[in-house]
Amino acid sequence: MKRLYANTHEWVIVEEGKDFVVGISDYAQIALGDIVFVNSPSLGDKVTQGESFGDVESVKAVSDLISPVSGKVVAVNDALLNAPELLNSDPLNTWIMKVSGSVNEAELLDEATYLALDKDH
Amino acid sequence: MDKKTPLYEAHIDLNATMVPFAGYLMPVQYPQGILFEHRSVREKAGLFDVSHMGELHLTGKDALRNLNALISNDFTDLALGKIRYGVLVRKDGTAVDDLLVYHIDEDDYWIVVNASNTDKDFEYFTNNLSGGAVIHNESDEWGQVALQGPLSEKILRKLTDKIPEAYYSFIQEVDLSGIPCLISRTGYTGEDGFEIYCASDKVTHLWNTLLKVGEEDGLVPCGLGARDTLRLEAAMPLYGHELNDNTTPFEAGLKIFTKLDKPNFIAQEALSQPVLKRRIGLTVIDRGIAREHCPILFNGEIVGEVSSGTMSPTLGKAIAMGYIKAELFNETEFTIDVRGRLLKAERTKMPFYKK
Repeated sequence: MKRLYANTHEWVIVEEGKDFVVGISDYAQIALGDIVFVNSPSLGDKVTQGESFGDVESVKAVSDLISPVSGKVVAVNDALLNAPELLNSDPLNTWIMKVSGSVNEAELLDEATYLALDKDH
Repeated sequence: MDKKTPLYEAHIDLNATMVPFAGYLMPVQYPQGILFEHRSVREKAGLFDVSHMGELHLTGKDALRNLNALISNDFTDLALGKIRYGVLVRKDGTAVDDLLVYHIDEDDYWIVVNASNTDKDFEYFTNNLSGGAVIHNESDEWGQVALQGPLSEKILRKLTDKIPEAYYSFIQEVDLSGIPCLISRTGYTGEDGFEIYCASDKVTHLWNTLLKVGEEDGLVPCGLGARDTLRLEAAMPLYGHELNDNTTPFEAGLKIFTKLDKPNFIAQEALSQPVLKRRIGLTVIDRGIAREHCPILFNGEIVGEVSSGTMSPTLGKAIAMGYIKAELFNETEFTIDVRGRLLKAERTKMPFYKK
């Protein structure tokens, strides 16, 4: 398995023969601040790589969630309904949705490249 | 180019996230975050940099007459050492700004205004003052911090015994750690607390001293993020949101701060007309957060707009203020369009939170 990142700060775990698992990066949760609401997609929704699949609200602001993969939503993390702050406390182990479909890896970054990005510019 | 308050370096030292606000670079939050800062103010105490606020100084034998002519409230019986809130209005009743008036001395008033409106207010006063009255803009000379929360008095007592007892009163020339300060029992959080003014080059020392003596009581620095969630729970208007150049104090629900039965009041006639819109409080029932500019619907029709909204940290619910058509003021069920999702919202009495 490998974890890839979009430059819009979502991650996706890509593993042969398994559904994609999608979340947001540690940088994203720090930049957002206290997260108080996650507007997740619904089961069966179609998502497209590079397009919004929901949004996440912090006390400060609303930010779109951009899907790093394309396909059909096969699972959503219901724990986020009542505990959106999990995205702050443990962003890399808190998934938002699982997707069955395809990914264009050329548009994503590997972990080392993403972490080395100068994200403030 | 955004200005810096005299506390800019102090915020950087505390690892604040800085954002442009009202022409100033201001801290939106410190590393522990808005929810932590919000809770600290509700349960213990928080310290805010509000040095960006504007201070205007009005003097002269006709100062009082001019206050009564241009500001919604009646200042005739405002005693020395007392403070009164009001809305600076135009002839058509619309709000130039909302502000606090301090009665400093005979024919001598201090007017504290919103940072973003300081120049506009100064110009408006200058153009509309009559008789023996002069106004000066002293904003750059003053630094200001707000010490807010239930433990504020306990913390302040470590530095002085001169504490203004009554809400909306103040004491001048109080020595805090060697700095002459004006201490005002006011605030913008819905908690007990103080707003403390001193010379701008002394405010960093005042800030650091307060944080140090208050540390054992849980005093923490707080940014604009918590200031906004706190004032929203207390349903206090924020100029640019609940008040603006197209809104009158009656529409904003500020009736108790608006006195029509005083002589020479510039907006007397305009404010005697019925209002077209009203400010209301709403609690979002469905999941989601209504933000500024979200349309408010009644029976499927757009009847108004949200002026401010947030997730209330104290109540654990999304709350909002907004304006609706005046004839719907007594309705209880509305819908808010949050980026295409229609959320049920219930009319809620303001303030949302009261200590």
